[in-house]
This record gives sequence, C-alpha cells and structure tokens, in this order.
Amino acid sequence: MTDPSGALQPGQPAPEFTLPTGPDRQVSLAESRGRPTVLAFYPADWSPVCGDQMALYQAARPAFDQYGASLLGISVDSVWCHDAFAASAGIEFPLLSDFEPKGAVARQYGVYGPDGYAERALFVLDPQARVSWSYVSPIDVNPGADGILDALDALTSHQARA
Amino acid sequence: MTTPMQVTSSKLRVPLTDDDHVRGPAEAPVTLVEYADLQCPYCGQAYHRLHELLRQRPETVRLVFRHFPLSNVHPYAELAAETVEAAGVRDQFWAMHDWIFEHQDQLDPVHLSMGCQQLGLPEDEVADEVARHVHLDRVRRDFVGGIRSGVNGTPTFFVNGVRYDGSYELPELIAAVDQAASS
Repeated sequence: MTDPSGALQPGQPAPEFTLPTGPDRQVSLAESRGRPTVLAFYPADWSPVCGDQMALYQAARPAFDQYGASLLGISVDSVWCHDAFAASAGIEFPLLSDFEPKGAVARQYGVYGPDGYAERALFVLDPQARVSWSYVSPIDVNPGADGILDALDALTSHQARA
Repeated sequence: MTTPMQVTSSKLRVPLTDDDHVRGPAEAPVTLVEYADLQCPYCGQAYHRLHELLRQRPETVRLVFRHFPLSNVHPYAELAAETVEAAGVRDQFWAMHDWIFEHQDQLDPVHLSMGCQQLGLPEDEVADEVARHVHLDRVRRDFVGGIRSGVNGTPTFFVNGVRYDGSYELPELIAAVDQAASS
C-alpha cells in the first residue's frame, strides 16, 4: 500500500518518464522543461460525468494557460481507453497511459495505490522539473483546481523574486 | 455530480458585487451562491428545489447565480450562459434562467431563440450578441472565480460564503438555510 505521505514532496526532483498518449504518440516530461508542469494522476477514465476531474481541467485550461503551464493527466488505463474517454469528455490535453509496466511512473512519484490504480494525486513542477507542490486527494474526491492555481501563483511570485 | 466534497479551500473567494445575479431580498440574512451549468441535469434538479426553497423562505434567503459551464461535456452550456446574460442586460435574466431550466433538453440555438421570442426579447439582437460573444467574458469571469473557490462540479453551493457539501434535496437545503439564519 502506498503510504499517504509517500508522494514526492516539494524540492524533490521529478523523475523523468516517457509514456504513450495514443497508439503512435509518446510524451516525455523533458518536453515540458522550461515551463511549469501540472501532473494529474487519477484512478481511471470514465468516472461519472459532471463531477469528473479531467473534464473540469479541460474547462479550466485557459486558467492554466495563463501561467504557460503544461498539463498532463496520467492513469493506468490503456491508450485506447484514453482515446475513447477523451473523445467523450472533449479532453484535448494529453492523457498518458501508465499501462506497461503497469503503474511504473505512479510508483516513482509515490502515488500507486494498493488496488492497482494511481491515486488521485496532483503535482506542480517548476520549470527545472522540481516538485514545487504536491497533494493527494481522497480517492473519491475531485480536488478541483484551486490548489493547482495557488501553487502556480506561488511559483510565479517565487521566480519573480529570484 | 458525484464527488461533492472538496478539500483545499472551503470559502467563497469572490465576494458579491453589483454585477451578480441576485434573486430574493437584499436584506435576507442568508445568501446562497450557486455555481451552475445551465445544461447540467443535476443543476436542473436543483433548480426546482431552489425555487421551492425561495417560496418557503421568502424573507430568509436570497439566491445568487454564477456560471460554471463545462462546455466540453455540455455543448450548449456556454451558448445558454451567453444567452441568459444577453437577457440579463435587458432585465430578463431570471425569466430566461427559468425558461432554460424548464426546457433543458432543448438548448440548441433554434430553441433558445424561441425562448427569447416567448419572453418578448429581441431574438435577433440576442443571437447577434451571442454570436459575437459579447457576454463571454462575463461568463468566464464567473467560471474562473468558481475554480479559485474550489468549485469542482455542478451544482456547487456556498451558504453565507462557506462551502455547503450536504445534499441538495429540499429538506436539507431548508435546514441549511435555517441553521445559517439562526447562527
């Protein structure tokens, strides 16, 4: 079982990864270097509509864009499942498939759950790919996006001071 | 929606302004802010209960409606939101709001235009403003304010500025309002 405090903490380097996001497309964390990155691990595609976290983040994208942040969703679902889910919920940001070896990236970030799903965990990375904020939500609670935006605010003001 | 709880903040971060759509007496001791998507079926359920809540507690509560359209899930949500804003600048916000919730399965442009006609609104002018997205900034301001307050789905309620995570069945809503009024 993943310890609730097992998620990577602020200041720690974010492990590099390359994962498929479609039948013939891959995304690497390195592509996001130089700008803030939001990693949203979630248990599974097809949670019920209206309260769905990924659908909410799609709607909130203009707010993330204001920080120049890249947004990546990650679950253990297959690329085919992601494709169908993204089409049904109008999701246009990459949904990454942590499918084989299953949950390998979730494990590296300390958010692989005991039942074989990724936890509902958020990470905001700075442009140098260090964790600047992380949060693990109860599995059945959509954490919204306020924490992410607050973390992006803090990152921006920190960089302005630096 | 199915995940009503939320975690990081529980306060309404955007205070009421003159720009808000308010129904009920200004001096009411309880202010209920609703973030809603006009095409969301759960908001449609809530609409009828809120109507009854205001009828049963006319002195106690005022309702504030703020937009939270999830247009990637509900293709007509933003269109409906812009239409109700166009009605709002003609002092018909609540009439159009009610029409939309009572015709939630018919929110395509043709039916929205019929709704405008039925309310005596200039449907061509409204359609033109909607097509030019004259009111889209207003809608998006509500949405971003909602995101900042931790809104994670619709409907989401705040009672006197504090997030309300309880059921929105009528008896629970009445109890929440009565409790806020007496505290």
